[in-house]
Amino acid sequence: MRRGMANVAPPLLLALVFLGVWEIYVDIKGVDPLLLPAPHAMFAEIWDNAGLLWSNFAITAKEVVFGLSLALVGGFAMAVAIHLWTPMRRAVYPHTVGSQAIPIAVIAAPLCFWWGFGIFPKLVVIALICFFPVVVTTVDGLAAVDPDQRKLLRTLDASRWQAFRFGELPAALPAALSGARIALAVGVIGAFIAETSTPSTGPYAGLGREITSDLTALQTPRAYAATAVLFVFAIVCFYALTIAERKLSPWSSQRRGEIH
Amino acid sequence: MQTQLKPRESPTHEPRDPHASVCLDSVSRAYVDRRGRAVPALADVSLRAARGSVLAVVGPSGCGKTTLLELICGLQRPDGGTIACEPAVLMPQRDLLLPWLNALENAVLALRIAGAPRAQARARGAALFAELGLGGFEQARPHELSGGMRQRVAFVRTLLSGKPVLCLDEPFGALDAITRLEMQGWLTNALAREPRTVVLVTHDVEEAIVLADRVAVLSPRPGRVAAELTVDLPRLPPSMAGPRSPTDPTVVALREQAMRTLAESRVA
Repeated sequence: MRRGMANVAPPLLLALVFLGVWEIYVDIKGVDPLLLPAPHAMFAEIWDNAGLLWSNFAITAKEVVFGLSLALVGGFAMAVAIHLWTPMRRAVYPHTVGSQAIPIAVIAAPLCFWWGFGIFPKLVVIALICFFPVVVTTVDGLAAVDPDQRKLLRTLDASRWQAFRFGELPAALPAALSGARIALAVGVIGAFIAETSTPSTGPYAGLGREITSDLTALQTPRAYAATAVLFVFAIVCFYALTIAERKLSPWSSQRRGEIH
Repeated sequence: MQTQLKPRESPTHEPRDPHASVCLDSVSRAYVDRRGRAVPALADVSLRAARGSVLAVVGPSGCGKTTLLELICGLQRPDGGTIACEPAVLMPQRDLLLPWLNALENAVLALRIAGAPRAQARARGAALFAELGLGGFEQARPHELSGGMRQRVAFVRTLLSGKPVLCLDEPFGALDAITRLEMQGWLTNALAREPRTVVLVTHDVEEAIVLADRVAVLSPRPGRVAAELTVDLPRLPPSMAGPRSPTDPTVVALREQAMRTLAESRVA
């Protein structure tokens, strides 16, 4: 319990200081709330629009979770293929880098043409934005396996597949999970990009849509309220992934624990 | 046991000498360094290890001892000469226990690789753990074990590969003197219970003589066999198995002889 407090108190304190400075600045300078609303106005919007924000949050959260899962599975599979098969590395690796330069708006139209206005094209956009860090960290993790360990597995007569399964795969897992955390950090903004670049049907279209429509409707405080929700959501996801990492690769967090 | 071993791309096949597990005839091996020059590691090395015996290889660092073991295990090919060995397994200098497996799972890795079901592999490993005084450490993670314990687990892993020849690369090199003595006793005991042909590489002359039946002294790079000494002391029965006393007059004399050979080969 005390440890929980020690983890939560410092970031909370920092947030309070930041919000305080922000509030005072807006107050003293008399900044137009259309440009930069005061924190109290933002919180008032959260309070008044809790239902609306929650409904939109549910959409965005679903997109992030599924889009990220798609990126993790796809990125990991691609990394394994790149690692095991040299022609694949030569052919595909440069293009994965190039894919990160594609503005989503350019490909939004065909995505919707193929998959409609539902959630799936949005998942594809998020996965496209998120898969890259997973691929890079996993490929590096797989390649960084101790050469002596490979030799050991060879002397124990391990086949290529067994060397991968007993040696490389678990050795690369911590790196892959680090990639997943980076992917998550871009995944939330990825959801924003996905929502704003592809059309949706239905009453709620997610927080990203909410933010852009609030901004055009001169409802700036509400856009800030939605942004605050995204901010907290990213933090929660990050820690959820850290806990998952501790469960999946206890040896790496234990070793890290020794160093500190 | 031998029938389930897969043939490898190595030149290992049944030795021509029926009593020897390991036969090396005028083996040479060179490396290509970064500038593309050939650096000889071993030159004209001929060695025999009789079945069930311990052959120690001593020499200064960089004399190609590790190369020798990798050649015997088929991890490298010789540039010249012939190698005829029974299937051999390498126990590398570092224990290389996999951090994501516990001690028992690490020890039975070879059984799992050979396709044994998890429960059956664990049962065999647990029996050997109990026999070799490792009982109670099955669930320990490698980072929780001391250096000596890690080497023991690594040795059990090597034993369980089921191969008749064990190549031990400075197994106690990284241990403190007290643990090393303890480990020498433990190894002798383990080998008395699980007899194998052992090629033991070490830079410690005394360790070689108290543990081995024969000692090959290698010269500095490129490694050549400068002398081969037979440790002519009776083996104790398994019940009393242990390393020889370092103060035994025969051991002392052999140690002198080996040291002199090492010094001479360095000058030459």
